[in-house]
Amino acid sequence: MALVSRSSSAAAALLRPLSSAAANVSGIRHVTTDTTPITIETSVPFTAHNCEPPSRSVSTTTAELLTFFRQMSLMRRMEIAADSLYKSKLIRGFCHLYDGQEAVAVGMEAAITKSDCIITAYRDHCTFLCRGGTLLEVFAELMGRQAGCSKGKGGSMHFYRKKAGFYGGHGIVGAQVPLGCGLAFAQKYSKDETVTFALYGDGAANQGQLFEALNISALWDLPAILVCENNHYGMGTAEWRAAKSPAYYKRGDYVPGLKVDGMDALAVKQACKFAKEHALKNGPLILEMDTYRYHGHSMSDPGSTYRTRDEISGIRQERDPIERVRKLLLSLDVANEKELKDIEKEVRKEVDEAIAQAKESPMPEPSELFTNIYVKGLGAEAFGADRKEVRVILP
Amino acid sequence: MAAVFQAFGTAAVLLPANDSRVRLLGSFPGRKANVFEVRSEKKIVSDATRVSGRGQHLITNAVATKADAAAASTGSKSGHELLLFEALREGLEEEMERDPCVCVMGEDVGHYGGSYKVTKDLAKKFGDLRVLDTPIAENSFTGMGIGAAMTGLRPIVEGMNMGFLLLAFNQISNNCGMLHYTSGGQFKIPIVIRGPGGVGRQLGAEHSQRLESYFQSIPGIQMVACSTPYNAKGLMKAAIRSENPVILFEHVLLYNLKERIPDEEYICSLEEAEMVRPGEHVTILTYSRMRYHVMQAAKTLVNKGYDPEVIDIRSLKPFDLHTIGNSVKKTHRVLIVEECMRTGGIGASLTAAITENFHDYLDAPIVCLSSQDVPTPYAGTLEEWTVVQPAQIVTAVEQLCQ
Repeated sequence: MALVSRSSSAAAALLRPLSSAAANVSGIRHVTTDTTPITIETSVPFTAHNCEPPSRSVSTTTAELLTFFRQMSLMRRMEIAADSLYKSKLIRGFCHLYDGQEAVAVGMEAAITKSDCIITAYRDHCTFLCRGGTLLEVFAELMGRQAGCSKGKGGSMHFYRKKAGFYGGHGIVGAQVPLGCGLAFAQKYSKDETVTFALYGDGAANQGQLFEALNISALWDLPAILVCENNHYGMGTAEWRAAKSPAYYKRGDYVPGLKVDGMDALAVKQACKFAKEHALKNGPLILEMDTYRYHGHSMSDPGSTYRTRDEISGIRQERDPIERVRKLLLSLDVANEKELKDIEKEVRKEVDEAIAQAKESPMPEPSELFTNIYVKGLGAEAFGADRKEVRVILP
Repeated sequence: MAAVFQAFGTAAVLLPANDSRVRLLGSFPGRKANVFEVRSEKKIVSDATRVSGRGQHLITNAVATKADAAAASTGSKSGHELLLFEALREGLEEEMERDPCVCVMGEDVGHYGGSYKVTKDLAKKFGDLRVLDTPIAENSFTGMGIGAAMTGLRPIVEGMNMGFLLLAFNQISNNCGMLHYTSGGQFKIPIVIRGPGGVGRQLGAEHSQRLESYFQSIPGIQMVACSTPYNAKGLMKAAIRSENPVILFEHVLLYNLKERIPDEEYICSLEEAEMVRPGEHVTILTYSRMRYHVMQAAKTLVNKGYDPEVIDIRSLKPFDLHTIGNSVKKTHRVLIVEECMRTGGIGASLTAAITENFHDYLDAPIVCLSSQDVPTPYAGTLEEWTVVQPAQIVTAVEQLCQ
């Protein structure tokens, strides 16, 4: 499948992005990028339900492509590191890894601003990173340390970053979708001209509250975009065994939907841009991202009892999101193999450093058990049933 | 017709039971003269007439106010009279005017005006974006309220009946209660969830639920129960202004209570209990509708020579152990009268809390009168027997004070 249409083809024009000035004089080639717009075709066209699909030609820049590569490598490396940390029992409980699905987070981020909101379920490490979270916060939170984004009190399934519009981080399947529609309601209420992306999985797509929230959002014209990250397995149950109609983008019925190749970061970017414009004018939209996770559902799931290893390695060979961007960068002559490998090494070092730093962060103080139950200033602290003498003064 | 009496002094004025005026409580010799204010709107319904079923109204609003409670509606002619649902509406309206972030969402709250008229005319005044009619989808619109609260809006979610909020239990427990904690303090959830609950008049099992027992272990939320127009308005305003999620329990049968409340603005504290009637012999702790059964029993008890101290605990989570403790230290006997189920109810927690903290001050085991652990039957006689009646309260106090 052609990733890039060559200039010889009649279709989209491919502009040579390299400016000769960027090629340095010493003879050693550096990675060269700039912000001249180029157009790349997505791997597959979009399939639409009740709306006009956006064009297959995505406008991007080599700088953006390199950012994609770097970010996705970072996310991949982070998840694999989390895997080994879990196996060495530094991370406990549940750990749901996102490797294979990186393109969704990265493409979405490229299409929106930090004033738009994203809310997702428990597979949230990479989305948190894309929204501006640091590696230290991720690893510290996974290991339950003070430096974590939720001070160690949330864990893997509860990453939040309010100032960047990342609303988590939720453990109960499907419960985040009504919350997401509530965020969209608040955006409409304050007339922000921003949108909310509420992500959920193919397993959650069968939850009733999703359809309730969709109905209300369509009724009240809320700028909510429901994104189904369809990795084809709801824990151990394949989509065809859980859903009578696995065409999740069509399940909105009166709500338009779009099916996107979720392993193609550029397709995701195009779809999200289209969705944002649509939602601001016409109300909610459903995006179905066709993606795949290499790991099992969580670290307690080997991931091979309900699917074959051939399937996993097949997808890794043919549709891996990082490989796709790598091939793109190589074919556009933005960088060569060695430079990309250097980026990966850099990323690995960053991750290792962050882990070392996170390991040094202390565990939360015992008094932290009782903080943040209630908002301070009201005086209602959780001391069991006891209460202080001081009366509470309301604002 | 409202009759307002004020009694100072020692005589107890007794009127025949079928008189439309109310029996007065006198004050006792040797005690400071307290101001008693009693008013009645309708006929007294004694136990004998209660069984007939039709045309019974909640009547007496015998509220003893402390002499120094300046803001309370005492004999001053200022203030205005209204019904409890109007008091709730007033509180709501004032808060919506004060803060543009306050919005109401629920079934039939907008154009219909609210199934108990608490939000009547608010949609006309504030518009459809601030008073929102939702479809019948409690799970999702409660979730949406919580999501909106995460961004800083102050939604008030109305459950048409508290029992329907069971459908939203996941959202209330996991998201509403816990998000402030699991996000390390990043998100506040200043939401108010309110609605009528409790046993009504033959509404059937599913519409007569008392959810305070189910919600009470959720960490992170506050629960309050209103019982008079005065505290209904005060608690509504306090709950809206609070940065924490508050569940406000109203009662289906209390919406038509009338009382005179002050014109000036006031707020009740969310964590404070209300001293309804100071006394010496026994502490009776109650909330919501049972307050009126207790006060009715109190009249009988006073005639028999007992001096019960009645406290309306109002704050169901956290308990106001300060006020309760002071009372226990004074009387050494506790009776809890509640409408919750016996098993795992508010009374059960309160018993445990008092025993843990004030065990040394108790002269007798704590007696807890609660509803029977049965689904509320439809038949009127059976329904009466599921709920605590004043006669049972009198018997319990007599036994406790032996």
